[in-house]
Amino acid sequence: MIEFSRVGHRFGDRVVLSDVELTLPERRVAFVGANGSGKSTLARMINGLVLPDDGKVLVDGLDPAKDGRKVRKHVGFVFTNPDSQIVMPTAGEDVAFSLRGSGLSKAERARRAAEVLAEYGLDGYAEHPAHQLSGGQKQLLALCAMLVLDPAVLVCDEPTTLLDLRNKRRFAELLGTLRQQVVLVTHDLDLLDGFDRVVVLDGGRVVADDEPEPALRYYRKLAE
Amino acid sequence: MISAHEPGTSVVHRAPVGAKLLALFALAAAVFVLGSPLWLGVLCGVVLLGYALARIPARRWLRTARALLILAVFVFALQWWLLGAQAALVVCLRLVTALAAANLVTLTTPVDDVVSAVERWARPLRRFGVRPESVGLLVGLTMQAVATLSGIAREVREAAKARGAERSVTAFAVPFLVRTLRHADELGEALAARGAGDR
Amino acid sequence: MPDVPAPRVSLPAADLARTVVFAAFIAVLGIFPGIYLGGSGVPIVIQNAGPLLAGAILGARRGTASVVLLLALVAIGLPLLSGGRGGLAPFVGPSGGFLFGWIASALVTGLIVQRAERPGLPVLLMATTAGLAVDYAIGIPFLGAYTGDLGAAAVQSLVFLPGDAGKVVAAAVIAAVVHRALPGTLARPAVHGE
Repeated sequence: MIEFSRVGHRFGDRVVLSDVELTLPERRVAFVGANGSGKSTLARMINGLVLPDDGKVLVDGLDPAKDGRKVRKHVGFVFTNPDSQIVMPTAGEDVAFSLRGSGLSKAERARRAAEVLAEYGLDGYAEHPAHQLSGGQKQLLALCAMLVLDPAVLVCDEPTTLLDLRNKRRFAELLGTLRQQVVLVTHDLDLLDGFDRVVVLDGGRVVADDEPEPALRYYRKLAE
Repeated sequence: MISAHEPGTSVVHRAPVGAKLLALFALAAAVFVLGSPLWLGVLCGVVLLGYALARIPARRWLRTARALLILAVFVFALQWWLLGAQAALVVCLRLVTALAAANLVTLTTPVDDVVSAVERWARPLRRFGVRPESVGLLVGLTMQAVATLSGIAREVREAAKARGAERSVTAFAVPFLVRTLRHADELGEALAARGAGDR
Repeated sequence: MPDVPAPRVSLPAADLARTVVFAAFIAVLGIFPGIYLGGSGVPIVIQNAGPLLAGAILGARRGTASVVLLLALVAIGLPLLSGGRGGLAPFVGPSGGFLFGWIASALVTGLIVQRAERPGLPVLLMATTAGLAVDYAIGIPFLGAYTGDLGAAAVQSLVFLPGDAGKVVAAAVIAAVVHRALPGTLARPAVHGE
């Protein structure tokens, strides 16, 4: 369960979020909104990458402002551009990087990494140079690097913006099968099949919060 | 991983990293202290013997030798003109001996071995908060960043070309640097999301 | 593209990322062939402007750290210097002192730039000039130790002075533009969302 109570945030003079009040127990939640609506900032607060100026965030009872480390173990984060997220030279090393604080030996980490890669369709790519993977494969790799830690929550910030249509669909399907609670930030409305709840943001405020269909109807009207 | 290493199983290859580095430092010191062409010649001979022992294949050996020879001839000519023949010979022997020895260590030592050696040496520092594992991590992170930035550099150069500015330093360097810094911010965020800043 | 907010990440990760990425940046300056300087038509290696830029853009601490990291990776055998050179040979060769000098270069450049409230071109020029001067102050005696003649070493190094002077100016100009494009780069990482 993710709770935002009276959350506000500013960058300099610009108000990015104000008075956000949300309780999210659902398994599939989406944040939808235009550029600059504050949806990415709100998502980053779940992982403690951005801390609120006002109010409080709780993720399954953990406060990112106090337990940043615990929260980041609990919450995985997939960014838009996998090039920025992939930090090691080969796919296997990158996934193993996530496990470096786990107490496993180097060999065990490599084995575990190869297993996870195989599970999500990157079988045999452990030794492959990460930057030579295709765009879709890179985003899968970024996902594997998070899932190897088996987090309870997965936040994805526009993960399909740089993907082609086929890879986008695949990625969406894959998200549907995960056991994690998923929070998806997007303005791609095709991805929201099977979502339980859609939160629409505009100018840093929650302007709609509903099941996908009525929420998206409101969002489309907002865009006109 | 790309490196200057030449795989092999010789005595030189199998010698511990620490021993090789110590030998190199001792030799470099000796080369600087000694001023007699005779002794320098002996040291030079010892290094060449090392190459023979390591059985470095001719293609690697020739390439290094050719580069070294061109440098030595150039330096010799310049020193001869400035300082005279004897001094020129001493400088050239120093140059060839030190460079050939350093190159031999690099050729016979895989990067991974150096990394694990450094990690081993850093272990006593653990009580001061140094994490030895982070050496390998830094190597991997930087090599990945080199790959990413090479891609960015290529794109930026194409863009500069498209705007007819391929000869302008700023048209290349400024966008390259801005994107480099952006990438650093994103990487920092990604590392933080994966707990790299948390101790 | 997504609207990425200014992150307020914990500083160690952001510092680590900047150090690593700038070490890679200096490496790429050497690897990437054919950067044309002015109208000369001859590709010029501008890697030795890297430490000046690191100091001028990141400041003393992180700039120096990135140069140290790069040199350490070169020393363990990665071919990250211009022309694909790597290993220990570049350090023990006659111009090894200029490589060690890079560390002081980034440090001095960074220290001077940090003193300015908002680094403009004059301060940056002063900083990069001082940075190069320190590099020479370490590199020339090292070369002198090789040849046994400090004077001759100084005379030989004069060959590089015009090119290096160009790089000093270029580094200052570039750093000035970057500071204007991304204000706050020196102070704290990741404040570009302001």
